[in-house]
Amino acid sequence: MNTCDLVIIGGGSAGMAAAIGAYKKGVRDILILERDAEPGGILLQCIHNGFGLHTFGEELTGPSYAERFTTQIGELGIRCVTGALVLHLHADKTLDYISPQTGYQQVKARAVILAMGCRERPRGAIGIPGTRPAGIWTAGTAQRYLNLDGIMPGRRVFILGSGDIGLIMARRMTLEGAKVLGVAELMPYSNGLQRNIKQCLEDFDIPLFLSHTVTDIRGRERLSEVVISQVDENRRPIPGSQKTFAVDTLLLSVGLVPENYLSEEAGIALHPRTRGPLVDESLQTTVSGIFACGNVLHVHDLVDFVSAEGTQAGESAACYLAGGFADSRSIQAAPADHTIGYVLPQTVHLNRLDAPVEFKFRVTDAYRNVTLQVLKDGQVYKEIRKRVLLPAEMEKLTLKQEELNDVKHELAFRIAAGDAAV
Amino acid sequence: MYDILIIGAGITGTFLARDLARYDLRIALVDKEDDIACGATMANSAIIHSGHDPKPGTLKARFNVRGNEMYEDICRDLGVAFQRCSALVAAASPEEETILETLRQQAIDRSVPVRCLSREQALALEPHLSDSVTQALELPSTGIITPWEVAIALAEEAVLNGTDLFLSHRVEAIESLSQAGGRPENSHFRVTARTPDGQIHTFETRYVIDAAGVYADQVYAMVSPAQADPATRRFSITPRKGEYFVIDHEKRPLFERVIYPVPSEKGKGVLVVPTIHNNLLIGPNSDFTDDKTDVGNTTQALAYVREQIAKTAKDLPFHKVIRNFSGLRPTGDTHDFVIEEAADVPGFILVAAIESPGLTAAPAISEYVVHTLLAPKLALKPRTAYQRRRPFLCLKDLTPAEYNEKIRENPAFGHIVCRCEQITEGEVLDAIHRPAGARTLKGVKKRCRPGMGRCQGGFCEPLITEILCRELGLSPEELLHIKNECL
Amino acid sequence: MKKELTCIICPMGCRLEADCQTAKNGSLSIRSVTGNTCPRGEKYARAELTHPERTVTSTVALQDGRYRRLPVITSAPIPKERIFDVMKEIRAVSVCAPVKIHDIIIENVCGLGVNILASRSL
Repeated sequence: MNTCDLVIIGGGSAGMAAAIGAYKKGVRDILILERDAEPGGILLQCIHNGFGLHTFGEELTGPSYAERFTTQIGELGIRCVTGALVLHLHADKTLDYISPQTGYQQVKARAVILAMGCRERPRGAIGIPGTRPAGIWTAGTAQRYLNLDGIMPGRRVFILGSGDIGLIMARRMTLEGAKVLGVAELMPYSNGLQRNIKQCLEDFDIPLFLSHTVTDIRGRERLSEVVISQVDENRRPIPGSQKTFAVDTLLLSVGLVPENYLSEEAGIALHPRTRGPLVDESLQTTVSGIFACGNVLHVHDLVDFVSAEGTQAGESAACYLAGGFADSRSIQAAPADHTIGYVLPQTVHLNRLDAPVEFKFRVTDAYRNVTLQVLKDGQVYKEIRKRVLLPAEMEKLTLKQEELNDVKHELAFRIAAGDAAV
Repeated sequence: MYDILIIGAGITGTFLARDLARYDLRIALVDKEDDIACGATMANSAIIHSGHDPKPGTLKARFNVRGNEMYEDICRDLGVAFQRCSALVAAASPEEETILETLRQQAIDRSVPVRCLSREQALALEPHLSDSVTQALELPSTGIITPWEVAIALAEEAVLNGTDLFLSHRVEAIESLSQAGGRPENSHFRVTARTPDGQIHTFETRYVIDAAGVYADQVYAMVSPAQADPATRRFSITPRKGEYFVIDHEKRPLFERVIYPVPSEKGKGVLVVPTIHNNLLIGPNSDFTDDKTDVGNTTQALAYVREQIAKTAKDLPFHKVIRNFSGLRPTGDTHDFVIEEAADVPGFILVAAIESPGLTAAPAISEYVVHTLLAPKLALKPRTAYQRRRPFLCLKDLTPAEYNEKIRENPAFGHIVCRCEQITEGEVLDAIHRPAGARTLKGVKKRCRPGMGRCQGGFCEPLITEILCRELGLSPEELLHIKNECL
Repeated sequence: MKKELTCIICPMGCRLEADCQTAKNGSLSIRSVTGNTCPRGEKYARAELTHPERTVTSTVALQDGRYRRLPVITSAPIPKERIFDVMKEIRAVSVCAPVKIHDIIIENVCGLGVNILASRSL
């Protein structure tokens, strides 16, 4: 069996940043396993701009952003096997993968970084009623058809879900000559970035139906009609509120799920909310020497943050390979109540800290003019005023080592009273 | 002139075609859909029932028990999967325990293996039974298959042995050309079918087998004035719709056995069924519908399924649901299968109203039709060189060395196109180029499973589209927008 | 008169408020912009209220490449009302691989003084 110091599963934005991060910290025996024909991941089909402001200080398209990384990977001579799918990952860090060039390979890694990204929730995951005609795709699948294969998915389009991919596709389909009749969003607020509401919908007079969902799909061979209904505060359709749209295409942008099949196989514990691995401040999972970053860990809004997380995972893996981590007292980080969906990392090893810890979290509802409270073992330690908090936008809070040292067991986050939910 | 023309390439039609192809006969298998197994065979509970349930004295009871005995050998010979996974019927009240006892007695009368379990014994087998379950009946001879794989395998073997398969041929008219007063074994029919591009194809055949599923009553009416008249018809079919959830496969599914509730007038009730590929099916409900094309899902039915399943099972991972589907049971007003030569149309064989346990009964029905109904009329001379089909490829189960041998043979076996189910391009190519091969995206999916997984084709559909278009010389626009295909 | 806008310059999406005045000749002048967290927000608000501009990204047909389409981008924002004119020119173009990132695919598109550039190498 071949051996390798560091195997990175996935050559998208997280995996490439992780490889470069590890390389810069001295790791040389690195193998990236990328399932597609080239590294870059989903960025390659995200031809719109808006990527890279944090990483490069300028706005790039997805392919341009990816090319910055692929160029660097090439210059550093980091090995990347393309067309390679990892079939199995075991807790002892052995992996099985196949590719047309290498055949079936087994490799024993000293450290592994999970960077497999996420996948879109399909129709079946949300149980939209109605017939099962052609013409229903996830927004990402339609994006691939259109932007890589040059195949127009349809001419009259409705979009369910106001996540960014859905909004971007509303504009993209419009530019290509399709008529987008509307976007329905189950929640009373959009799940996409405000700028995308403006430049993808409002610019083209595409209506956004908040608190609406698709309640019927009609058509035998091809989709012919989509029916949407308004929903009440419990997200149940309100009878009599139906609107019908004659369309040939329905695009779904109804959420992303971290792709953790391999993580589960390796026995890595997953977080019920993020559906990604539980990690500590070094992004190490519950299996020693296996790290996770990017959308496989938790779904991000911005690729820049994915890259940053990738870099951190790469640096941590280098540290692990250089001798591992010291024994340490650890504390847990978690939501204090239902106002926070998750906090990441979930575990912090206090004695290992050589830098402040950046906590990432998401709120479960939309809030305006509220206070974010940080609690140490149940006692409020810090209060931070927040103007707007949206579930669609990941929040960050950095705490210094000396702020954490006196935590005995748990650091917790919650949103305290402010204006009512938006 | 065909000896036999079979209308309907579902599980009964394909069993009949394959069983008849063992003999020196000219056979046509005709279906209106663009692939084998597009009706009830595609959308059912996929169970090979033990035979404990049907009412005594029915054809259902007789062919169910016999079918269950036959399946394991048939699947082995065809090279398709069969698992004798066993089943529990779970009771939750003293009244239900009484029904359990009736079922137990019925099973014993039919020599169906059966064992009564206490709650504790049942929980030892299936720890996620609902808290209300008080007692269970174990039916170890219960099995599972992948129904469309079996039907496709049967069709492949029929085609390999000379059967002519006509897909996308909708039968529009059947004319009996038998001479009045002629000998009954000299029956003669003209069957007219239309293809989607409007072409008319006429077949002449000595016998017709009506295995047209939910349409069997209408097909029969094409040739029988008595059947065409609601006052005098032999039977009518009103579909009963059943809706399901599919839960993503896991290394070990939550349930290893089929879990039945105690049956009611509406049928066997809402079940938990492990599948060959380690998914779980949850369903079905049972509601009559007037529309024979209505395979949509409704919020109400799915809510009913979720509510009902709680009576027998708990801890079900509904957050791992990857798909809903619904199927139509071809329910006859006869309350039993209709398997006979039409009284008013000699040579016209009815294999109709094959609702549950039709999947289980299919090989036994075919055996009966061939050996009891047809043998006396046709000289059944065994075909001299009967060819066996080659099993579907499934690289996922190969050892690394075997994998590498395949990849050396063709690098396409090293190119995974469906990552959820780990299907290679080589397997897709085989699905397209094998006998009765795939011509559609769903056809590829039925033969080698891309799109069956948790992304439901989100990642692989563009890749399968590309391969299928390349191999069949189609443009993607034609495939997606004219043929309206999807995974 | 106050006008509210959402800044689209970066993903932060600041909510801006512009204090505007319409001159007698109909032209709009902007007295002040608030709510922005960086100078680009003010610049955006002023442009958006007087002469809105957008960067356009799309694809052109590609021969002999790994994919059938090459992603492209305008070298600078273009007037918003010209988006569909630019798209029409983009749709008419077909290029052959190999292409390098920032290669000019269309020069001076629609006479706007803006080029259409390849947004990746292929």
